[in-house]
Amino acid sequence: MRPDELLHPAPGGLYCPKGDFFIDPTRAVPRALITHGHSDHARAGHGHVLATRETLDLMAIRYGANFAGATQAIAYGESVEIGGVTVTAHPAGHVLGSAQFELSWRGCTIVASGDYKDARDPTCATFVPVRCHVFISEATFGLPVFRHPDAATETAKLMNSLHVFPERAHIVGAYSLGKAQRVMALLRAAGHSAPIYIHGALEKISAYYQACGIPLGDIRLAKEAKKADFAGAVVIAPPTSITDIWSRNFPEPVTAFASGWMRVRARARQRGIELPLVISDHADWDGLTAAISATGCEEVWVTHGAEDALVHWAMTRQLRARPLHMVGYGEEENEAPPAAPAPASPPEATP
Amino acid sequence: MNRFAALLDRLAYESGRNAKIRLMADYFATTPDPERGIALAALTGALSFTNAKPGLVRALIQERADPVLFAMSYDYVGDLSETVALMWPLPEGAAPPDHAPLLSEIVHGLETLPKRALPGQLADWLDGLDDTGRWALLKLITGALRVGASARLAKTAVATLGGLAPDEVELVWPGMAPPYLELFAWVEGRAPRPENLDPAPFRPVMLSHAIEDSDFTALDPSAFAAEWKWDGIRIQAVAGVSPEGERIVRLYSRTGEDISPAFPDLVEALDFEGAMDGELLVVREGRVQSFNVLQQRLNRKTVTAKMLRDYPAHMRAYDLLVEAGEDLREQPFAARRARLAALIARTASPRLDLSPLVPFASWEALAAARADPASAGAGVDAEAVEGVMLKRADSLYLPGRPKGPWWKWKRDPHTVDAVLMYAQRGHGKRSSYYSDYTFGVWTQAEGVDTLVPVGKAYFGFTDEELLAIDKFVREATVNRFGPVREVLHEPDAGLVLEIAFEGLARSTRHRSGIAMRFPRIARLRWDKPPREADRLETLEKLLGAEG
Ligand SMILES: [Zn+2]
Ligand SMILES: [Zn+2]
Repeated sequence: MRPDELLHPAPGGLYCPKGDFFIDPTRAVPRALITHGHSDHARAGHGHVLATRETLDLMAIRYGANFAGATQAIAYGESVEIGGVTVTAHPAGHVLGSAQFELSWRGCTIVASGDYKDARDPTCATFVPVRCHVFISEATFGLPVFRHPDAATETAKLMNSLHVFPERAHIVGAYSLGKAQRVMALLRAAGHSAPIYIHGALEKISAYYQACGIPLGDIRLAKEAKKADFAGAVVIAPPTSITDIWSRNFPEPVTAFASGWMRVRARARQRGIELPLVISDHADWDGLTAAISATGCEEVWVTHGAEDALVHWAMTRQLRARPLHMVGYGEEENEAPPAAPAPASPPEATP
Repeated sequence: MNRFAALLDRLAYESGRNAKIRLMADYFATTPDPERGIALAALTGALSFTNAKPGLVRALIQERADPVLFAMSYDYVGDLSETVALMWPLPEGAAPPDHAPLLSEIVHGLETLPKRALPGQLADWLDGLDDTGRWALLKLITGALRVGASARLAKTAVATLGGLAPDEVELVWPGMAPPYLELFAWVEGRAPRPENLDPAPFRPVMLSHAIEDSDFTALDPSAFAAEWKWDGIRIQAVAGVSPEGERIVRLYSRTGEDISPAFPDLVEALDFEGAMDGELLVVREGRVQSFNVLQQRLNRKTVTAKMLRDYPAHMRAYDLLVEAGEDLREQPFAARRARLAALIARTASPRLDLSPLVPFASWEALAAARADPASAGAGVDAEAVEGVMLKRADSLYLPGRPKGPWWKWKRDPHTVDAVLMYAQRGHGKRSSYYSDYTFGVWTQAEGVDTLVPVGKAYFGFTDEELLAIDKFVREATVNRFGPVREVLHEPDAGLVLEIAFEGLARSTRHRSGIAMRFPRIARLRWDKPPREADRLETLEKLLGAEG
């Protein structure tokens, strides 16, 4: 049989005809498997949702308790049968609750990995490579220039800046689900024990992480603090807020942004960032290629991101590879789209 | 090298002056000799290499990486050195070297390696560095290293290590050389102040304050002398004799940068011994040329014979700091001026003359002279006058900008009413505000009136005005390009800005064909509809008059 019979791209997402379900559909469908809680993968309004307990809880936090007609939780390592297809969840290492779905039917195994990373992250379960025939990979950072440094090294940059500028607030832009909590955990691991202030958009999700037993230390709402509290403090906010009117309340802020995109200088400069922190919840180039190799797959399907480079690489490794050109992904939490940084600037005039 | 590269990287992103000083001071305080001294040389522009062409960098990466992946990456990143630095892979199966090369090792290597050994050594260095270190190394060897801080700021950072005033470092600087061991030992209190043995050292300059209308009432005109303020470049010419008996002449910018190599004609023509303060000008046929003409001689690494012929450099002196080894800085201005006049009278150099005093009896009389320099003694040079300088006759020569002894009283700047077209978010403290403005004036294009951008301004406004413009930008956005917003600019809708500027120059880089000097926002003209803003022809007329 062809793997296409088990799973294929369709308008709205990856579709499994045997089980009549979609994975991370971009529009409302009767039955959906959701890999993780980022808004480009997890949308409200499906008839039935299968996901990990954490993903279901996070969706309820974001969309309200009635985000789907019915829900069903699946644990890592657990399998369920849907229309004869065996579905097993495995950790993806992306954010809390993120899962890869292994689909098996008549001896053919396909793994849809959603978003994933192989780097260590104390706030979620570690990525596990799963043997399969077809591995479906994202390629958000699918160019060899993206090789994320150790997150602890990047955290040390932030710690050093706090040491050099003890009177300035350090505003760190971080996606509200996953990245923000990881930055908190990284700071704690680096010995930063002072209160960390947060934007209101991070409150419920951070509290949920802590309720799941992930210690983040003393987290306080920025809006309840006094201006003097922010001297030398870390303030974490969604990326759109760090250069917005919201950031005006802080004393001489140092503007930081924790993202894999920060590896490219033009990107950081374009956003007016002073302290770029290359901390990513997506696999870098080495991570993508290592993960693909570790699955022992014969074929790679690339969902979104820099598909061309990863497909080229797979071919040089004698793997069948195809880009799926899926739309609607990769802009999780208002993330910058992975196109080349070429804004049409107005004509320059120099003094 | 990795630590130095991290500093460079951070300086490039940081916009605040004090923040830059602190970043450098932190680096100097935590980096051992001689590494920090070599870094100081790099930061002050004393290191320059052009060992490698971009072709070598390309060849190196082609050996290591898949050409298709390199091409895709280069296409994405857009900068060769950065692409190679980011994607540089170790040879398959190789363990990373346990030693990251130091900046001092690399600089030594670049100075001593034979050319054919360079590619191999470069690959070894790249293997040993982190990605920021690789980026800085590739920029360094291709001669494209940009330091996001001036030499003056780097010296200021060194001074802060010992709580010294920046000028104290400046005073000993000319006698120092990389890796500056004596300098660091002195500022850290481990050794006495190094002796400045330079026969032609820079002396920190004295600067003036801009005078406001309200200042005059407290000032007595008879206590002051006035000179023309020339629209040139402030320089300090210093000449002395080395222990070996060699005559040394140097020209310094007002920040102490040695600019002599760019002006060999003037260096050669100076025949005095001492230190003189004055203005660098281009004089042709006995007439001072405009700043636009002088600009042809600025920021040039090499000077051609044609440039020397067409744009002869000249010094118009207005102060004497040292004469034949005698320090005059503790003497009053009137006495220094008399010594200077006598010295100029003796000089045989046609390239050196005395900046004349402007006689005046009252502030009203001086205002009249300032308004019409041509009939007040400046004659044919009036076009190069940008105002008057007021100096107290009893003022000592004090480094820095003491308030009271010296004032500058500029002529009113040119103004033009222009229309706001684009706004860009600022940096640092201003990163949440749209604070950089591109503005345009009207011109006819294919029979229709359209706005053509003529300049960019990011200062001149008050905090309240900034808030008001920021609000306008957010409400009137018609397009977004990254951090840039295009705002509404129609004949009957938009914001008119009164722009003040110092002058105009022709420019092929701008669509309007014109570049403005020091444009700033003088007023917001909410009252004026954009259709009543100025036209390009007005600026062209002004350019014709100035050119
Ligand atoms: Zn995601
Ligand atoms: Zn995604």
